[in-house]
Amino acid sequence: MKIRLTGLLILVCLIVSSCYNGSEDIKLTFWAMGSEGEKVKPLIEQFEAENPGIRVKVQAVPWGAAYEKLMTAYAGQALPDVCQLGNTWIPQFAMLGALTSLDSLVTASPIIDAENYFDGSWQTSLVNGHIYGLPWYVDTRLLFYRHDILTEVGFEQPPQTWQQWVEMSRRVREHNEEAYANFFSLIFNDWHVPVILILSNGGQLLRENDCYGAFDDPKTFEALRYYVDFFKNEFAPRSMTEFVNVYQGFTEGRLATWITGPWNINQLRERAPELKGKWRTAPVPAGQGAVSTAGGASLVIFKTSKHKAAARRFLEFMSLPETQETFFQLTNGLPAVKSAWNSPSLRNDPEIQAFFKQLESVAATPAIAEWEQIAVAIQVYMEKAIYEQLTFEEAISELNREVDRILERRRWLLQENLLFLEED
Amino acid sequence: MKQLKLKSLLLHVVVAIAACMTIAPFVWMVSASLTPAGESSVFPPRLLPSETTFEHYHHLFVRLNVGRYFLNSLILAVSVTMISLLVNSMAGFAFAKFAFRGKRHIFAVLVASMIVPGQVTMLPVFLLLNKMGVLNSYLGVILPAMASVFGIFLVRQYLVSVPDSMIEAARIDGAGDFLIYRTIILPLALPVLLTLGLFTFMGTWNDFLWPLIVMTREEMHTLPVALAGLLGEHAQDAELMMAGSVVTIVPVLIVFLALQKYYLQGITVGALKE
Amino acid sequence: MRASRQSILLFLTPALGGMLLFVFMPIAAALLISFTDFDIYSLGYFERTRVIGLDNYVRVFNDPVFWTAVLNTLYFVGVGAPLTIVVGLFAALALNVPALRFKRLFRMAFFLPVVTTLIAVAVVWRYLYHPRYGLINYALISLGIEPVDWLGDPQWAMPALILLAIWKNFGYSMLIFMAGLQAIPPSLYEAARIDGAGWWQQQWYVTIPQLAPTTLFVTVITLIGYFQFFAEPYVMTQGGPLNSTLSVVLYLYQQGFRWWQMGYASAIAFVLFMMFAAISIVQMLIRQRQYGQLI
Repeated sequence: MKIRLTGLLILVCLIVSSCYNGSEDIKLTFWAMGSEGEKVKPLIEQFEAENPGIRVKVQAVPWGAAYEKLMTAYAGQALPDVCQLGNTWIPQFAMLGALTSLDSLVTASPIIDAENYFDGSWQTSLVNGHIYGLPWYVDTRLLFYRHDILTEVGFEQPPQTWQQWVEMSRRVREHNEEAYANFFSLIFNDWHVPVILILSNGGQLLRENDCYGAFDDPKTFEALRYYVDFFKNEFAPRSMTEFVNVYQGFTEGRLATWITGPWNINQLRERAPELKGKWRTAPVPAGQGAVSTAGGASLVIFKTSKHKAAARRFLEFMSLPETQETFFQLTNGLPAVKSAWNSPSLRNDPEIQAFFKQLESVAATPAIAEWEQIAVAIQVYMEKAIYEQLTFEEAISELNREVDRILERRRWLLQENLLFLEED
Repeated sequence: MKQLKLKSLLLHVVVAIAACMTIAPFVWMVSASLTPAGESSVFPPRLLPSETTFEHYHHLFVRLNVGRYFLNSLILAVSVTMISLLVNSMAGFAFAKFAFRGKRHIFAVLVASMIVPGQVTMLPVFLLLNKMGVLNSYLGVILPAMASVFGIFLVRQYLVSVPDSMIEAARIDGAGDFLIYRTIILPLALPVLLTLGLFTFMGTWNDFLWPLIVMTREEMHTLPVALAGLLGEHAQDAELMMAGSVVTIVPVLIVFLALQKYYLQGITVGALKE
Repeated sequence: MRASRQSILLFLTPALGGMLLFVFMPIAAALLISFTDFDIYSLGYFERTRVIGLDNYVRVFNDPVFWTAVLNTLYFVGVGAPLTIVVGLFAALALNVPALRFKRLFRMAFFLPVVTTLIAVAVVWRYLYHPRYGLINYALISLGIEPVDWLGDPQWAMPALILLAIWKNFGYSMLIFMAGLQAIPPSLYEAARIDGAGWWQQQWYVTIPQLAPTTLFVTVITLIGYFQFFAEPYVMTQGGPLNSTLSVVLYLYQQGFRWWQMGYASAIAFVLFMMFAAISIVQMLIRQRQYGQLI
């Protein structure tokens, strides 16, 4: 009897709590990835102050879990109103019919102008002629290096070419056998390094309208072999457990370089203040050309949002040059709006200006729904070659076969004209 | 005699060492959770913190919203337990005492369904709950857990031995079946219900895969799901993760220690009945 | 006992309705889905789905990653389950020695891991296994043994997960063995002693045969639990390194809930089901041979 009563009571509580909704303000939910989620709060407050009646609830989503979380939320119809999406994910969500086209916003808004964005990142938001996201910040991966260690082994300047890179790695290893010259993550969804190497070597990823893998392309082949050799020569650790804490490895000098994004500039300053002045950043050494990936993130509005007008206001606010500059100061996220680069805090920083140049020549990863799955496959098959479970040539041909299989569905959808379903 | 004493001493030493080794991970977990940040990643590892700090617990509850996950876990564990006890005890009673056509067959089909692993039904149930609009709500966990063959089976086995005459007597006094269930059967079955309830509570609290799939909104996460998510972001913060583990483990330990008699009974009864 | 139709409906509907809605219908649905290429594209737009017959099953059988997952699972089950049971048996035998004191305390210590949250202890063990700072390597170094990169080395990752599983679960089999031991009539031991059997011989000739039904029960429970292993690799290794800890259920989860290949994942689920069915049939055959009865 008692048991049943308690059960009923709980049920009632559940129902009441799920129906209860306090205020009458429009509540926008906004998912932001990584540290952005925690650091944009001042901007949110500013937006709320300027737009009474709209409240923004920010949820920080860790980058590592973001893709899975977004897909699950799509499947479970639990997407937020506004979201920060990694640029490479926009095509996928557009083809799933999850995103609202922003064409009318771009046409109507006096603030937003395609000319004012870096072309590379604007292109990543264009799917089948419609714009689905507004670039929020741009980034590209950098070489973080221990200047002191590189100097000790005779590299006053960080390596500029692939040959120098190998030479530097060899010397670091000789200098201290406890240390590795580089840290490349082999975590399955952390696939940027091999892709950067391919792009900067001028290699192809996919062919025939992105319907088949192109990993046997000579330049791609060369870049991936170069990548695998780093592990085989012990220039990079292949076990990921020792450096669960990469910051610690970098601080202790057991890692001399690390390819990662600009967001880790602040992380390193906070976590390793004693390392001040000992580390610097540089572009990733170039292969055939100095092309890098068009990283960064855009803001999108999901189709399921019930507050699209408020969401548009929010996107416009985030695109203002002033907002973009504040955003840079808060997060180190590089402004996607070019006019924000004229502000003193960016203009007077030579290292940042180097980015500006780099960002004018970035290459986009394929704008297809299957990209994340393909990128993970690259990582998985390269791991097999690194551990010599497969020879390098076998790994490449199996990777190609796997990618062709992944793309079978795309080929069928293209053929049946089902890939791009018109806006309703 | 002397040899016997030596043997007994040896046995005590061996068992004690084994017990210490079994407990060691918990000891390290608690101690690391009280250690200042970064200090547990040193060589040699220290078993006792140089100074005790509660900063990680503070961080968890104040900045990482762990109180909410705790509440979710608690609400889910309690409501799944209560609701499934009600549903399963009613069905168990019916299977034990009511005569109706096809009873043996229905029961056999239920028992046979136990060999189908939960992973088979995972995807369709996800899609179904999606259509019902109960993903990201407590109901998404409660509804699929409502009926369990194991629970029905346990209650049925227990009630089969209750003499029919008790129920007949109550019927002659004019009691309806639900009244009989409430006033006679439930008190009778209390021991088995306590056991079953404890199993359900702990099973729901410790469950990971299903809440991971159903609860995609952060504010609906249970402690185990939140802990796995935390690991994605804070893998480098060992001490914080240990504090999270302590918060997840301690409640279920307390419940177990308080009611262990019923738990141990349940396990052994289940095994011997087989 | 007779009962009115209303009563029967009242008492059975919630449970049977729940079972129908959340077990039986989904099983049928999963079977249907496994014959289609239902995936993330199909969720919003059903016209993007094709019926592809047995293609998913053909793909399962030709998928090297799936077979890796099967072999890993068999490795985990084949090594982990017997060890868990043996350790549990030894613990039960030790706790059954009349001269042992503090029995309840020891039993509690051995049983504690069983009731704790798997995810939480997996997180703890992830740090215990740290190649440089972990307690386990520290213990090895203190004993003069070379440290091991437990979770980072494809050779060692699975043994590491097995060790964790043994630690987590042996208390359960111990407890059931203890109950089984108490049911053995003392007269059997007396008879053995009169025949001159020592302690080990008594265990071998009396305890082990007498515990056969208990052992079968423990084995089946352990096997079924171990076949579903998922959470340990999910939080400790993500199936790596080099897929060396990828289990069938983890692979199913990845295909189903990471890449949303529901058709393919359903086919994997049914193959898993067939493995379970095989265990159950073997168990029934053993029982039949032992006791001449089914179930």
